[in-house]
Amino acid sequence: MQVLIDNYHLYLRGLGTTLQICLYAGLLTLVVGTFIAGCRVAPLTPLRAFGTAWVTVFRNCPLAVVLFFMAFGIPALGVNASYFVFGTIGLALYTSAFVCEAIRSGINAVSPGQAEAARSVGLGFGQTLRLVILPQAVRSIIPPLGSVMIAMIKNSAIAGAFGIGGDLYAVGIRQSSAQGEAIIPVLVGVALGYLIITIPAGLLLSYVERKVAIAR
Amino acid sequence: MRNGKLTAAAIAASMGLLLSACGGGSADEEGFSAPVADNPSFEDGTTMAEYADSGEITIGVKKDQPLFGLENLNGEMEGFDVAIGEIIAGKLGIPADAINWKETPSKNRELYLEQGKVDMVVATYTINDKRAERVSFAGPYYEAGQDLMVKQSNDSITGPESLRDSEAKVCSARGSTPSERIREYIDNSRLVLFDTYSKCADALRNGQAQAVTTDNSILMGLVSENENQFKVVGETFSEEPYGVGIVKGDVDFCEFINDSLRTAAENGTYQEAWNSTAGEVSEKTPELPELRSCS
Repeated sequence: MQVLIDNYHLYLRGLGTTLQICLYAGLLTLVVGTFIAGCRVAPLTPLRAFGTAWVTVFRNCPLAVVLFFMAFGIPALGVNASYFVFGTIGLALYTSAFVCEAIRSGINAVSPGQAEAARSVGLGFGQTLRLVILPQAVRSIIPPLGSVMIAMIKNSAIAGAFGIGGDLYAVGIRQSSAQGEAIIPVLVGVALGYLIITIPAGLLLSYVERKVAIAR
Repeated sequence: MRNGKLTAAAIAASMGLLLSACGGGSADEEGFSAPVADNPSFEDGTTMAEYADSGEITIGVKKDQPLFGLENLNGEMEGFDVAIGEIIAGKLGIPADAINWKETPSKNRELYLEQGKVDMVVATYTINDKRAERVSFAGPYYEAGQDLMVKQSNDSITGPESLRDSEAKVCSARGSTPSERIREYIDNSRLVLFDTYSKCADALRNGQAQAVTTDNSILMGLVSENENQFKVVGETFSEEPYGVGIVKGDVDFCEFINDSLRTAAENGTYQEAWNSTAGEVSEKTPELPELRSCS
């Protein structure tokens, strides 16, 4: 385990990069996921079709394919950005399909009477969704949303394989391969790094759930 | 039954295809073939005696490195590493077709040797002190050096020093020695890492990276695969002696391998091995580097 102590700064930096990817991808995915969920329940057919297509594509494509397309397909079309940006966006696009479905299940759980009441006092679709439906929907889907987010944190390792240097996963490979360290302690270090992110995230989510949960 | 007939026909057709697929490619090509010793004798209890008696050996190689270790479309192994493996096996009286080639990715080389999954590793394996703590090295059998590959049209990158004041991104393989050394010239944010060099070549083609760095041996392979697209620039800026990795502390076997290499260099087998593999894209034939003493 000496390798962990000697190289703690590498692990810390890896942890930092992984956290950054997760934070940016997490925020982006919540925004996009919510928007797509809104599309899927919208009264306009083209919006619904768009939402359905989005979810179908990103939920059924393996993450590696999405990331591969981001890292090699997009640049071939002439768009250049850093691999950090490509990886984070790819991860967010993929996860947004799952976030969307989680939110939609929450929306389905809200009694239809709520929407009818909102409409009867003169709120439009956007207002109904934003002020009445979503706040109630989100409160009931904290656990599945949490699972999606934790899965995303672990999936960030795959994003790390597509050109991003210095995330936790990359640190592990670098040590076991270039520096010839024994692979087991290195992997233990990498696993610990992910646990440091995912366990507090899980605890935070349970706390939020206790705070906002509604009994039906 | 109609369906039954169709199925039978389909099976027959696919069997035919399968057979014809097997038939192709097994013919002897003009490639390199190492001399095989007739009943060589070794002292009892040595590693050599063990392999010679069993009549087979497992060699760890790369299967995705053109010119050095590559599994071609016929499923046959080719490349300079492979030829070196065949030379050593030949000295043990083991013909090339009795060698088990086991793919050994960089990160698993020490582990596979320690676990006995391979008997030796000939896989563009740079000798260094850190690795020598876990395995023993025979050789070196080739002296590679780190180099830069850029697009044919690029004139601004002329060597590692020219990277310092530029914005250029450099691609290399995760966990490789070159990816560590290039950090002296560029900071982390400009280093792009992939698992294989073919992805680096893609990044270079797309303009996502302006240079690819690794051993010249590997770059030669990439340049040869992408004719008129890429070029290697500058002088090599490191020494990467490629060694044969064996189980830690097996001095006898190490000396045997060194002897085999020395003999091969003297009788021309070594040069022949180079010319029929990596020599196809390189102008000069290397000399066998000075061998290290075994320990």
